[in-house]
Amino acid sequence: MRVLVIEDDTDVAAYIVKALTEAGHNPSHADNGKDGLVMATTDDFDVLVVDRMLPGPDGLAIIRTLRASDDQTPALILSALAEVDDRVKGLKAGGDDYLTKPFAAAELLARLEALTRRASSTGATAETALSVADLEMDLLSRTVNRAGTAIDLQPREFRLLECLMRNAGSVVTRTMLLENVWDYHFDPQTNVIDVHVSRLRQKIDKEFDTALIHTVRGAGYVLRDAGQDGSSQDSGS
Amino acid sequence: MKSRRLLKSATFRLALLYMLLFGGSVAVLLGFLYWATVGVLSEQVDETIQADIKGLAEQYEQRGTPGIASIIGERVRKDPGGRTVYLLTDPLRRPLVGNLSGWPTVPPNEDGWITFELLDRDTPDGTPYPARARQFVLQGGLNLLVGREVRELQRTRRMIINAMVWGIGITLALALAGGIAMSRGTARRIDSINQTSRDIMSGDLDRRIPAGGTGDEFDQLAGNLNDMLDRIQGLMEGLRHVSDNIAHDLRTPLTRLRSRLEDLDDQSLDGTERTRWIDAAVAEADGLLAMFNALLRITQIEAGGRRDNFATVNLAEVLQDVAELYEPVAHAENLSFSFHCDGEGRVTGDRDLLFQAIANLTDNAIKYTPVGGNVTLHSTGQSVIVADTGPGVPVDAREDVFRRFHRLGTSRNAPGSGLGLSLVKAVAQLHGGNILLEDNNPGLKAVLSVS
Repeated sequence: MRVLVIEDDTDVAAYIVKALTEAGHNPSHADNGKDGLVMATTDDFDVLVVDRMLPGPDGLAIIRTLRASDDQTPALILSALAEVDDRVKGLKAGGDDYLTKPFAAAELLARLEALTRRASSTGATAETALSVADLEMDLLSRTVNRAGTAIDLQPREFRLLECLMRNAGSVVTRTMLLENVWDYHFDPQTNVIDVHVSRLRQKIDKEFDTALIHTVRGAGYVLRDAGQDGSSQDSGS
Repeated sequence: MKSRRLLKSATFRLALLYMLLFGGSVAVLLGFLYWATVGVLSEQVDETIQADIKGLAEQYEQRGTPGIASIIGERVRKDPGGRTVYLLTDPLRRPLVGNLSGWPTVPPNEDGWITFELLDRDTPDGTPYPARARQFVLQGGLNLLVGREVRELQRTRRMIINAMVWGIGITLALALAGGIAMSRGTARRIDSINQTSRDIMSGDLDRRIPAGGTGDEFDQLAGNLNDMLDRIQGLMEGLRHVSDNIAHDLRTPLTRLRSRLEDLDDQSLDGTERTRWIDAAVAEADGLLAMFNALLRITQIEAGGRRDNFATVNLAEVLQDVAELYEPVAHAENLSFSFHCDGEGRVTGDRDLLFQAIANLTDNAIKYTPVGGNVTLHSTGQSVIVADTGPGVPVDAREDVFRRFHRLGTSRNAPGSGLGLSLVKAVAQLHGGNILLEDNNPGLKAVLSVS
């Protein structure tokens, strides 16, 4: 995917560009708000990574300008650590996601992929069913079955699985799961998410020959059809 | 030097102003007194003289010169002491009749009034008596002078003026003396505050301002300043404690990180082993970052800057969400876990932070309770209770555990940063509530209340 990185810190910018390039994406970089805004309006990007504090118009101003001209390109805001409260401001300004520095490359990549996926699925008619390999989820009757066997899930397990299935093939980080499934933005001291995922695994994978839920080292989880290859930019669902 | 400082002191200036105001008031008061006595008295004298002249002028019109002369002669005879003054002269001011030997040499004012001295009367002390008279020209050119001796009036006037001068003088002197005394006293108190401040600035942080013991404003000021100094010293000690602990707590993971990176240099490592070392190093770095994040968050919350996200929150719902998130964790640790909510507790607060606080308490409870124990979450209205059957916290350590990086000796080896409870406390305070640790017999009962 084509990513525009608007970031004035050269080290951080280089880190992001390198991570994106290694993951097979096509990043462009602007080191100030003015150039960034020009590039964002003249070129077509799949997703924007915008630093909150920039020389020239700042990150929020750029996103507000784009949204005002009806440009809905998903945008992820990067922010320095101390600005916890700005998360809400960033999302209000039209940002789609928010990440505080420092961050792991895996976290950024996972979030960008989720953003582009979300952007491409909106507009299409609301999905009523999800399926990955032999796992099927009916969003209307809220039932799940695998290879024809019904699986009984708690409501939260259902949402957890839904989140993984919607991002099938891509890594979903633990914080993304916390935000999307539990709807809290907080910092778990221990890996509570792991316990929930392992519970879900018991129900989804244990009785079957192939495992669908995989742990991605240092990043999070991915729900993936064993038949497909493991590259994370694969978005087949 | 000292007198210049006195002149520059605010209290002295205030005393000076007060002195002027007070002196002015006294002057106005005495002025009124003067006007009310001397003024009225001299007006009375003037009125009597006027009435006398009017009567005499009428007599002159009716009875002519002989008539008026006989009346004046009669009156002079009846008043040998000479309290009244009469003189009738011809147009050339040659005396015809009266008790004055000659026309006074003092010129009259424009209304015809003359104030002069009765030089031809005998007085006990030799000084002539003062008199006040009015001249009047009768038809036919005769001059008439009618007056009164005003010794008493003058004496009264002199007395009152004397009293005024002395009164104002004494008032000013007293006010000045009082002002100096007052500002000296104030200056001494302020000097002691200034001296203490200078001592503290020059590094003697344990100095405190002495109190006068009277409980006045200065004692209150000294008390408040001392409390402030205590608080600052406490904060500084806390800060020193935190930085000491940061240094200490960082050294261990940083040392581990360093040794892992060194190990990576070992050429004999194979691919998987190398990956494992890298993972471990990254995990150490992540742990350090998480520690810094937690520290910054606590600082931010303590600064009270996170009220932007305040909204109505259902505490019972948050508790339920925490319970649901942690129940599997408790079960995985072989603990029994239960929660119940007594009614809804609607509070104004930050949902994420409240969740974080309850999660931290729950996380601690699960972490420290041995296998087979219980963890219970309970919400009643505006408070949340997280109870466990773990080792608990000794009574004398129940304050300390909220300090950053403070960890009980028994839990030094358990995972965690020693920041969890600090954050809970910061969140409680942000919400105008508090966090209490109580005995659960056995175990610990943490009560988080939100106002």
